[in-house]
Amino acid sequence: MTGQPHESRLHERYLRHSKKFPNVWCAGCGIGIVLGAIIRAVDGLQLDKSDVALLSGIGCTGRMPVYVDFNTMHTTHGRALAFATGLKMVRPEMKVIVVMGDGDALAIGGNHFIHAARRNIGLTAIVVNNATYGMTGGQYSPTTPIDARATTAPYGHIEQPFPIAELASTAGAAFVARSTVYHVQELEKYIAQAITKDGFSVVEAVSYCHTTLGRFNRWGTAPDMMRALKEQSTTRKRAEGMSEEEKQGKIVRGVFVDRDIPEYTRLYDQIIERAQQEAA
Amino acid sequence: MTVGMRPMLMQGDEACAEGAIAAGCRFFAGYPITPATEIAEVLARRLPQVGGKFIQMEDEIGSIAAVIGAAVGGAKAMTATSGPGFSLMQENIGYAAMTEIPCVIVDVQRLGPSTGRPTSPSQGDVMQSRWGTHGDHPIIALCPSSVRETLDLTVEAFKFADRYRTPVILLMDEVIGHMRERIELPDPATIELEERPGTTVPPEWYKPFENFPADVPPLVPFGEGYRYHITGLHHDERGYPTARLDEIRPWQERIFRKIDRSLSDILLYDHDGIEDAETLVVAYGATARSARYAIDMARERGRKVGFLKLKTIWPFAGEVIEHAAERLHHVVVPEMNMGQLALEVERVVGRHKVRRVNRVDGEMIQPAEILACIEEWTE
Repeated sequence: MTGQPHESRLHERYLRHSKKFPNVWCAGCGIGIVLGAIIRAVDGLQLDKSDVALLSGIGCTGRMPVYVDFNTMHTTHGRALAFATGLKMVRPEMKVIVVMGDGDALAIGGNHFIHAARRNIGLTAIVVNNATYGMTGGQYSPTTPIDARATTAPYGHIEQPFPIAELASTAGAAFVARSTVYHVQELEKYIAQAITKDGFSVVEAVSYCHTTLGRFNRWGTAPDMMRALKEQSTTRKRAEGMSEEEKQGKIVRGVFVDRDIPEYTRLYDQIIERAQQEAA
Repeated sequence: MTVGMRPMLMQGDEACAEGAIAAGCRFFAGYPITPATEIAEVLARRLPQVGGKFIQMEDEIGSIAAVIGAAVGGAKAMTATSGPGFSLMQENIGYAAMTEIPCVIVDVQRLGPSTGRPTSPSQGDVMQSRWGTHGDHPIIALCPSSVRETLDLTVEAFKFADRYRTPVILLMDEVIGHMRERIELPDPATIELEERPGTTVPPEWYKPFENFPADVPPLVPFGEGYRYHITGLHHDERGYPTARLDEIRPWQERIFRKIDRSLSDILLYDHDGIEDAETLVVAYGATARSARYAIDMARERGRKVGFLKLKTIWPFAGEVIEHAAERLHHVVVPEMNMGQLALEVERVVGRHKVRRVNRVDGEMIQPAEILACIEEWTE
């Protein structure tokens, strides 16, 4: 309860009042919770709003930047990380945060995602995993669970989902964590760690879409699905002691990777130095 | 003008890269593709020497995206590719047009369609450079016909990009890109840099897409205290998405107006002998070299032939030949495509007057082919 006045001060400070609300998201959607976590993380780190850029691609999550008073850019579908790469290279001092949905980051933008990780460029990638294409009405995405029904999988889904956090870890990211929109404080903590990390950092925020997937699969109402995030998830530590069978269908939360590897724009500064020495 | 010039042998692609550096380009993102790869190779070496940055992206879509991102950060930025990569870039070129982000896209044309013949020239991307994106927006495309002109037009491309807040396409071809010519490099100090106009208003008043009074509102880079929104959705003057006709229409009118009102600045061309010509040859790029040769031969044989060499191909310089259209008997349009710019010429002088000379086999059009066409239609 003590958080209430502080909360409204944050809204005052970080939301754009010149932009007409309400927002585009369905009641009960978790994307707003992720936005709240980003705002609190930025506020907690005491960053100057002018030094923060928030970029997105296309989709429900793509609509996030317009509401906040940072340098914001709503780019094309799947390409937000590539846009952010150019921005970060010419403005390495800025904190560049990229929010994407699962379709945006891993289907159409999958190539940029693994290469940004491989390059270890200092961007913070936040993937809101709702396991579907919500804005276009519930088609299957790269993270839709097997057997789930989607408008383009009317008889059940037969493709394996990408495990986002594991994929990012393998691709070379410096920091990788997963949480859900139920675990708000944990999510905020991970986002703050990701922003602070000098390197490519990924936070997967699980937030299943109740309007489409939830309805098609009779997963219940938005509160039911929020409760399921609590019940179906477990920490990495607890998961370690589980059998493969027990882990089935569980959302494993926690920090997957936190390693110190040289960040791309800093390495490029060395290239500039070397080039100028050799030319001299 | 010879003061400060250094004569040297240089390739067209290299001249493009040097022109970019001279124009103030400090960011390049690209993906290897014949016959444009040399531009990336030169800039990978040259950019860090001048404090700029180079990155080889994972594909052409990422390359143009990174270029736009860098431009939003305040850098003069460029990418270079060829037909297949140019096709991949189209969506984001449309984004740059929609969001009015200045950037330069070089397309060193090769024979298509598809993979075609990577080391053979073509002028097959003329219409793609105009209409390749979805939706309507103006575009500027420049087309050099020599190594020196490649350098000069690269500089012009950066100037136009900043002056009109628009993506600018430099449409080279394999011959111009790979050919080596003796050129005299201009002293970098003599090249005027186009400064991006800043804003004088405080951040809370700043409208990055303001429609009046200027046709080109100043673009303040990210990170300088002016926090605003950029989107590929139709947007209002502050950049916020809108579906209101009274906000969409003024924007649409302005992005066309900013180009249409400045044709006298944007249209670059060389011409000679149009005044008393009966036949006019309109050519651009490598083909203009064959055309020059053919015209000289025809004139030696007493033909009244005029020459219009286009350096700006989009917007099309229709007004230059409009006044001569009545008098001209024929207009010969040689192109290494099946007749793309010829369509524009036909719109100005009438279809019955236009004679096309086309080749799409990966070989340059020979002067004799153009000469034969001139002679066939002049008695």
